[in-house]
Amino acid sequence: MTNTDTEHTDAPIHDVIIVGSGPAGYTAAVYAARAELSPVLFEGTQFGGALMTTTEVENYPGFREGIQGPDLMDQMREQALRFNADLRMEDVDALRLEGPVKEVEVAGEVHRARAVILAMGAAARYLGVPGEQELLGRGVSACATCDGFFFKDQDIAVIGGGDSAMEEATFLTKFARSVTLVHRREEFRSSKIMLERARANEKIRFVTNATVGKVLGENSVTGLELVDTVTGETSTLEVTGMFVAIGHDPRSELVRGQVDLDDAGYVQVAGRSTYTSLPGVFACGDLVDHTYRQAITAAGSGCAAAIDTERWLADQPDGIDDADPVAATAVGV
Amino acid sequence: MGANTITVTDDTFAAEVLQSDKPVLVDFWATWCGPCKMVAPVLEEIAGDHADKLTVAKLDVDASPATARDFQIMSIPTMILFQDGKPTKTIVGAKGKAALLRELDGVVGA
Repeated sequence: MTNTDTEHTDAPIHDVIIVGSGPAGYTAAVYAARAELSPVLFEGTQFGGALMTTTEVENYPGFREGIQGPDLMDQMREQALRFNADLRMEDVDALRLEGPVKEVEVAGEVHRARAVILAMGAAARYLGVPGEQELLGRGVSACATCDGFFFKDQDIAVIGGGDSAMEEATFLTKFARSVTLVHRREEFRSSKIMLERARANEKIRFVTNATVGKVLGENSVTGLELVDTVTGETSTLEVTGMFVAIGHDPRSELVRGQVDLDDAGYVQVAGRSTYTSLPGVFACGDLVDHTYRQAITAAGSGCAAAIDTERWLADQPDGIDDADPVAATAVGV
Repeated sequence: MGANTITVTDDTFAAEVLQSDKPVLVDFWATWCGPCKMVAPVLEEIAGDHADKLTVAKLDVDASPATARDFQIMSIPTMILFQDGKPTKTIVGAKGKAALLRELDGVVGA
């Protein structure tokens, strides 16, 4: 389908293009660069991935005192640069992954590679209720570390029942007068240590078996309409801020219809490998993982993707490239 | 701070932004904001590419809370375009170069 386009472009054929710049993408870049695959990595505008909106990362091995999420990402990025990975802060618009030469379209320009590593991660999910998008940035936030500062001595709500909800609620008590944690069930998905930390915080109040029906306010948030999931009764919670922490959806839109996805939209990989349903296309990080979703597991799978790619490339018969890929790459794009 | 952008504060905001002849894009940011770090290099590039048409100014909301309050900043990064002393466009959240240039089309457009 795209082969005719390919013949008309004289873009160099890289060994591997990596899409995404969380722990998975940068780790894949470090390994691929050290394997002399001269990887090109499209970081996108959300570079750094989910860790850019976290605070203290206490469970990444090697940092026994903990490290700030953005600092950890900065370290990984610099490490990839140290081995001359070609990092580009651009969003990918389209991917054409079939055939021996893959195409990556960025702002109207086509980049080509023999292999592609998908590491687009997952995007924070919103509630999808009236008022939410209208009041985004005016009291509705998906980034507690960015916006908590603006809610000093105010009453705010955090929606969700997982680790990130607990972390955000606890973090936000540094600024807010009170934090109401609203969760749709009685039980929490979060780890025990995070839940206990939140429970022990006297500024945090728990409202369970409740969902948000609507975000109230004209120019900024004034409250939430809560719906009791047991009785169906509605009530108003007066808050000036709502932080949403109800999970993530994989960013697989660009590859839908090309590689196999599961029902939730995660890219499917073969067994413990990073092989997708298409030859030469590998996937790693939160894009494939709805189970562990940790910085360290994402980094580990990024490493696996680079090693899988290196071995796969070595097994391919030479000759699909009409030019020496290294010489062609040096021309630059 | 980058070479192409200027830094403004509560004290210099009126002179450097409101009284500027050139349109000014003000980036409200803070050191503790990860997404602000993502957008910073993009703003440097835009400032360098379009220095003749646009000034890009950075305002640290920690150091200059009054200005952030005046413009009701509740989320960062927020970028506000000022033309003739008035805010004419507000952009909330980190965006890529192409998306930002689209937003600034009326000012930096070819």
